[in-house]
Amino acid sequence: MLGVLVLPKLQTVLSAKSEEGGGFKAPSISEFFPGPILFEGTLFELTRINAIGLFMTGLLCLFFVLAFSKNKFVPRGIQNLGEMAVEFVQVQIIDEILGHKGARYATYLTSMFWLLLAFNITGILPLMHISVTSVIGFPFLLAIISFIVFNVEGVRANGAGHYLKNNLFPAGVPAPIYVLVTPIEFISTFILRPVTLTVRLLANMMSGHLLLVLFFGATQYFLIESAGIMKAVAIPAFFMGFAFTLFEILVSFLQAYIFTLLTAVYIDSATSAEH
Amino acid sequence: MGLLAEISGNVNAIGYGLAAIGPGIGIGILVGKALEGMARQPEVTGVLRTNMFLGIAFTEALALIGLVAGFLFT
Repeated sequence: MLGVLVLPKLQTVLSAKSEEGGGFKAPSISEFFPGPILFEGTLFELTRINAIGLFMTGLLCLFFVLAFSKNKFVPRGIQNLGEMAVEFVQVQIIDEILGHKGARYATYLTSMFWLLLAFNITGILPLMHISVTSVIGFPFLLAIISFIVFNVEGVRANGAGHYLKNNLFPAGVPAPIYVLVTPIEFISTFILRPVTLTVRLLANMMSGHLLLVLFFGATQYFLIESAGIMKAVAIPAFFMGFAFTLFEILVSFLQAYIFTLLTAVYIDSATSAEH
Repeated sequence: MGLLAEISGNVNAIGYGLAAIGPGIGIGILVGKALEGMARQPEVTGVLRTNMFLGIAFTEALALIGLVAGFLFT
C-alpha cells in the first residue's frame, strides 16, 4: 500500500531533476489532478490522492479499534490517547456549542473531526505531501452530509412547518420586509451554508499546498539551476517553506476544528425552538 | 509619445489582492475586539475564543472565494 503511495511521488521528483535547465515552473491547479495509479479505466479508478485517503481512513480506524477494543476502567497505553482524542471534541466543541443536546451527535462530530484532521495533515506528512481535502470531492461530501444532518434534525425537533418558519420567516420582522428577508435567509441557510463549508476547507488546504510547492520549488530552482550569488536565495526560500510547513500543521488543525464547530452550530440553531 | 511603462502578468493576482483587503481588515478588527474582551474579562475567555474562531471562519470565506475565483476565471 505504502509503495503505491510513494512511488509516483518519487517518479515525479526524479523526472523533475532530470530536466536540467527547465526554468522555474510556478505551481498551478494541475498539482491537484494527478493521473490514475490503480484500476485505470474502471469505475474504481484511484488517483494518488484517493489512495492516500483510503490509507489514512484505514490508519484512523486501526487507531480507534486498538484504543477501544480492550476497554479498561483505568485506561492504559493507547487507550489514554483514544480517550484524549474523544474528550477533546467532547469538551471543546460539543459541550461548548450543543450542551445537553450533544450526546446524540457526539459520534458524528467526533469521527468527522478526526477524519478531517487525518485528511488535512497529509498535506505536510513526508512522502504524501498532498491533503485529501485539497480536491473538492471530500469537503463537498462532508458538507452535504452535514447539510442533511442539520436539516433532518431541525425537522425532527421542530416539525417541518415550524422549522421552515423559523428559518425563512424570522420573528419580529414587519410583514412587508419578508419580501426581502425570506430570499436572503433561504440563500444563506440552504445554499451558502454547504457551499461555504466546502469552499473554506478546500481553499485553505489548496492554498497551503500551493504555497509549499512555490517555496520548495523556488528552493530547488535557486539551489540547482541558478548561478553564482543567486544560489544564496535558496536559503530564505527554504526557511519560508519550513515556516509554512509549521503553519500548515496549525491550519490543518484549525480547519478540522472550524468545520466541526460550524456543523455543531448549524445543528444547534436548527434544533433550538426559537431564535 | 513612446511607451512609458509596460505591465505583464496575471490580472487574477490583482483581483485576489483586492479580495484580501476586506477580510484582512475584518479579521483584524474581530481578533482585536476579542482580545480586548478577554483582557477585560479573563473568565469568559473560552466563550470568546470559540466565537472568535466562528467569526474568523465567516470573514475568511470572502478571501477564500477570491482565491478560488482567481483559479476559476482564467
